Amino acid sequence: MAHNITADAAHAHEEHHESPVVFGFWLYLMTDCIIFGTLFAVFAVLRTQFNGGPNGHEVFELSGVGIETAILLLSSITYGFGMIAAHDNKISTMRTWLGVTFLLGLGFLFMELREFSHMIAEGNGPDRSAFLSSFFTLVGTHGLHVTCGLLWMAVLLFQTAGKTELNERMINKLTCLSLFWHFLDIVWICVFTFVYLMSVI
Amino acid sequence: MLGKLTWSAIPIDVPILVGTFIGAAIAGLAVLGLITYYGKWGYLWREWLTSVDHKRIGVMYIVVALVALFRGFADAIMMRSQLALAYAGNPGYLPPHHYDQIFSAHGTIMIFFMAMAFMQGLMNIVVPLQIGARDVAFPFVNTLSFWMTTISFLLVNVSLFIGEFSQCGWLAYPPLSEQQFSPGVGVDYYIWAVQLSGVGTLLTGVNFFTTIVKMRAPGMDYMRMPVFTWTIFCTTVLIMVAFPILTVAMGLLGLDRYLGMHFFTNDGGGNQMLYLSVIWGWGHPEVYILVLPAFGAFSEITQTFSRKPLFGYKTMVYATASIMVLSLVVWVHHFFTMGAGPNVNAFFGIMTMIIAVPTGVKIFNWLFTMYKGRVEFHATMYWVIGFMITFSIGGMTGVMLAIPASDFVLHNSLFVIAHFHNVIIGGVYFGYVAAMNFWFPKSFGFKLNEAWGKRAFWFWFVGFYFAFMPLYVLGFEGMTRRMNHYDNPAWHPWLLIAEFGAVLIALGIVCQLTQLYVSIRDRNLAENRDMTGDPWNARTLEWSTSSPPPFYNFAILPVVHELDAFAHDKEAGIDTRNAGGDYQPIHMPKNTACGFLIGAFSFILGFAAVWWIWWLAAVGLIGVIATVIARSSDNDVDYYVPVSEVVRIENEHTHNLMAAQAAE
Repeated sequence: MAHNITADAAHAHEEHHESPVVFGFWLYLMTDCIIFGTLFAVFAVLRTQFNGGPNGHEVFELSGVGIETAILLLSSITYGFGMIAAHDNKISTMRTWLGVTFLLGLGFLFMELREFSHMIAEGNGPDRSAFLSSFFTLVGTHGLHVTCGLLWMAVLLFQTAGKTELNERMINKLTCLSLFWHFLDIVWICVFTFVYLMSVI
Repeated sequence: MLGKLTWSAIPIDVPILVGTFIGAAIAGLAVLGLITYYGKWGYLWREWLTSVDHKRIGVMYIVVALVALFRGFADAIMMRSQLALAYAGNPGYLPPHHYDQIFSAHGTIMIFFMAMAFMQGLMNIVVPLQIGARDVAFPFVNTLSFWMTTISFLLVNVSLFIGEFSQCGWLAYPPLSEQQFSPGVGVDYYIWAVQLSGVGTLLTGVNFFTTIVKMRAPGMDYMRMPVFTWTIFCTTVLIMVAFPILTVAMGLLGLDRYLGMHFFTNDGGGNQMLYLSVIWGWGHPEVYILVLPAFGAFSEITQTFSRKPLFGYKTMVYATASIMVLSLVVWVHHFFTMGAGPNVNAFFGIMTMIIAVPTGVKIFNWLFTMYKGRVEFHATMYWVIGFMITFSIGGMTGVMLAIPASDFVLHNSLFVIAHFHNVIIGGVYFGYVAAMNFWFPKSFGFKLNEAWGKRAFWFWFVGFYFAFMPLYVLGFEGMTRRMNHYDNPAWHPWLLIAEFGAVLIALGIVCQLTQLYVSIRDRNLAENRDMTGDPWNARTLEWSTSSPPPFYNFAILPVVHELDAFAHDKEAGIDTRNAGGDYQPIHMPKNTACGFLIGAFSFILGFAAVWWIWWLAAVGLIGVIATVIARSSDNDVDYYVPVSEVVRIENEHTHNLMAAQAAE
C-alpha cells in the first residue's frame, strides 16, 4: 500500500506543471529593473546639480572603475561555467566555480567601497550635492544587490556542501541566482556607461 | 540605547488619544481574553496565522481591511466634525498639528490598508478557484505578503500612541516632509509603513501573475478566462510596474531624511518636482490597481444576477487592457499647475480624457448585460447599480479635471476631494462590498443577510451623496483641501450637510456590522446554508466546488470547454467535479510560520528605524535574513493528501449535493 502511494505520488509529480519558480523570479527581476530604471531617471535629472561641489570629472577615477567592470564581467563568466557543471551534476566543479565567482564579487565590492570611502573622506559624500546623492544611491543600490547576491551564493555553497546530487529545487535556486548575477552585470554596464563614462567625457 | 524614544513620545496630554487608547486596549484585551477563554490559540496559530491556504489568507486580508475601514472612517468623521464646528473664530476641537495627522492617516490607511488589503483578499479568495487551480504559484510568498501588509498597518496604528504620524498629507510632498520642516518621527512612520507594505504588494503581484500564467485549468486559454481573473491579471501587471517606483520614491525621501541627501530638499540642488513625477508615476496606476478588480467583480455579479452571459466579453477584456496601458501615461494630470508647459499638459490631459472611452465601454457592457436580462434585485445588485450611477458622475468630473485650464481653477480645492471620493467610494468601495456579498457564501458556506445588506447600501448610497456633493460646490466656492478652520459664512451650511452625510455613512457601516452579526447568528437556517456550492446559479468555476471549498479546491482539476466553464457544463449536463472519478494523491504545501516571523522581524526593523534605535534595527534585519535562510534550507515544505482522504471529503460533498437536489 505504502509502495503504491509513493508510486502514485511520483506519477502525479511527473504530471505536475514545471516549477514556476524561475519564471516568477524573472518577473521579480523585471520589477527590480524598474527600480534601477527609476534611479537612472533620477540621476539623469540631478546629474548637473553640483551645488558648487565637484563634478564627475573631478571625483571619478576611471582606471579603478575599469578594473571593477572587468572583475564583474569575469564573475559572470565563471558563474556560467558553474551552471554548466551543475547541469552535468558535477557538484565539486560547480562549487569551485561558485567559489571563484564569490571571490570576484567580493573583490568588486571591496573596490567599490574603497572608492566610496575615498570620496567621503575628501568631503564629497552623498550629502554634498544632489548629483552626489543620486550617484551614491544608484551605485550603492547596485552594490547592495551584489552584497545580497554574495550572501545568497554563500548560502547555496553551504547548502550544496557534501551533496552527491542536485535536486530540482537546488537547480532552480542556482538558476535564479544565475539570472540575478547576470542581471547585475547588465545594470553595471549601464552604470559604467551612463554614470562614469558620460560624466568624464 | 533607545534612540529618540523618550517618555514624552507618549501623548498622555491629548484626551482624544488617551480615550482611543483605552478603548482599543479594552477591545483588544476582550478579543485576546475570548480567544484564551475558548482555548482557540492553537487553532488560530495552526489553521490561520501560519496557513498558506489562499482562501484563509484572503479572509484574513479582508478582516484587516475592515479594521482599517473603521480606523480610516473614524479619522474621516473627525475631520468632518472639525469642519462643521471650526467656523467664524471657533477653533474647533482639533488643533492643526493633530488635524494634519488625521487627514494624512486617513488617506494612507484607506488606500494602503483598506483598499489594497481588501483587493488582495478578494484576489486570494477568488482567482485560484476561478482558474481551476489548487493554490497560488508561491503559497509561502503569499503568507509573507499578507504579514508584510498587516505589520505595516500595525506600525501606522502604533504611531497613534507612541510618537506621532505624518502631517504632510497622504503622499508626503517635500520639502514639507523633509527633516528641515518635519523633524519629528511622523514622516518616518509613514515611510516605513508604506515601504514595508509595498514589499508585500509587489510580491502579491508577482505571485498572482505567475499563478494566472502558469496554473490555469486544462482548456482555459486566455480568452476563456473569467473577467474577474482578467482584471486581476491586468492589476498584477500594474503592481509590478508601479510599486517599484513607489519603493524608489520612499527610499529617496528616506535617504534625504536619514542621511542628509539632497534629492528633494530646498538646498543642495534638490528638486521637489522630481518627487511629484516619481510618486505619481506610482500613484496614478495605483488608482487602476484598485478599480480594475472592482470592475471585474461588477462583471461577474451583473451576468450572474441578469441570468445572461456578459455582454461583449471581448470588448470588456480589451477595455481592461487599454485602461491598464493608458493608466501609465497620465500621471502628470495630478500636477498640471506645476508648470510643465502647455504641450506637456495638453498631452497628459488628452490621454486622461481618452481613458474615459474604455471605461464608457464597460459601463455600456454592464447596461446591455442587464438589458432584456431577468435581473434579480439581490442586495449585491444594489451595489452594482449604485456604482454605475455614482461612478459615471465621478468619471465626468474627472474629465472636467483632465482639462488643464479648468484644473488650474480647481486644483487643490475640495472639488478634487469630491471627485476622487466619487470614484473611489462609488467604484472601488461599492465594488469590494458587492464582491464580499457575492463571494461570502463561497468562503464560509452561508449567505449574508440580504435585508441588512440593502439597508447598508441605502445608508452608504444616500450618505455618499450628502457627504460629497457639497464638496463639489465648496470647490467652486474656492475652499481648499486640508483646511483646519475658516471664516467664510457661505461654506458653513454645505459643511453641515457633508457632516450629515458622514453620519449616514456611519449608519451604513453599523448596518454592515449588523449584517455580519445576523448572518453568523442565522448561519444554520436552511435558507442561509449553501449546501450545493452554487447558491446564485453562477457561471464560473469557483462555484463548481463545495462551499467552503476543500483545502485542495478541486479533487480532479476541471477541464474547460468554453468561456464561463461552469455554466457551459451545467447546460451540457457535464459534472464539472467529475465526482467518483479517478482520484489521485494531491500535492499540497505545508503551513509555515516563516511568513509570520519575517513580518514580526520587519515590524521590529521598522519601529526601531523610526526611532533611530540602531541595535534593535539590526536585530530585526538579521532576524529577517536568518528566517529567509532557514526557510530556504527547509526541505520539508510539501506533502501528499492520500486518496482515502480525498474520497472521504468528496463523497461528503456529493451526499450534500444529492440531499439538496432531493429537497428542491
